Amino acid sequence: MDESLLEKREGSIENDNEMTTWVEYWLDGELIHRSVHVTLKKVPSFAGGELASIG
Amino acid sequence: MSELMLGQHQLGTSTIVSRGSLTAPTTDVVKAALYLASATINASTTAYSATGEVSGTGYSAGGVTVTNATAPTSTNSSATAGVAYWTPSASITYTTVTLSTAFDTVLLYNSTQSNKAIAVYTFGSQTVTAGTLTLTMPSNSTSAALLRLATT
Repeated sequence: MDESLLEKREGSIENDNEMTTWVEYWLDGELIHRSVHVTLKKVPSFAGGELASIG
Repeated sequence: MSELMLGQHQLGTSTIVSRGSLTAPTTDVVKAALYLASATINASTTAYSATGEVSGTGYSAGGVTVTNATAPTSTNSSATAGVAYWTPSASITYTTVTLSTAFDTVLLYNSTQSNKAIAVYTFGSQTVTAGTLTLTMPSNSTSAALLRLATT
């Protein structure tokens, strides 16, 4: 593939909950690749109230 | 308090049937499943369910295994107060997947203990196309760790 034909688009969002970035590659108006990178910031909603054994 | 997270205390009546020994528990397998933005996954969720889970090329039902190499840590600010915390020791990564329907939730659950839910995290709706979703872990500290239990 001729990579020069690819259009790269990037985006990001940051708020109290997350910092997220993404990168897209478009070819002739078609999205052919999209990757996402999320960094979570907030304490989660605990589910079930279970204490799990972790580590 | 890390003992709580390690399951070294039995609080109330409880039967831990999968343990060979309560004094030397084996490390459980923690997994991370993704859910559609339309799914109902929240603090009331008690266990992993395939209902509302994402599907697509490269994604296996149940999600991926979380790297669980580091034991919980605790810090005590007084005789009765402190924070126990834990963070996976690597990013949670879904490699080369196509998830075309918007998703916004990841469920951490314990696949060793009957798929019991541990925590739910939400983020802005996303899709992935022939790409990778990476959930980068925060620093493993009292104020930023992925999982924190505090008493005051």
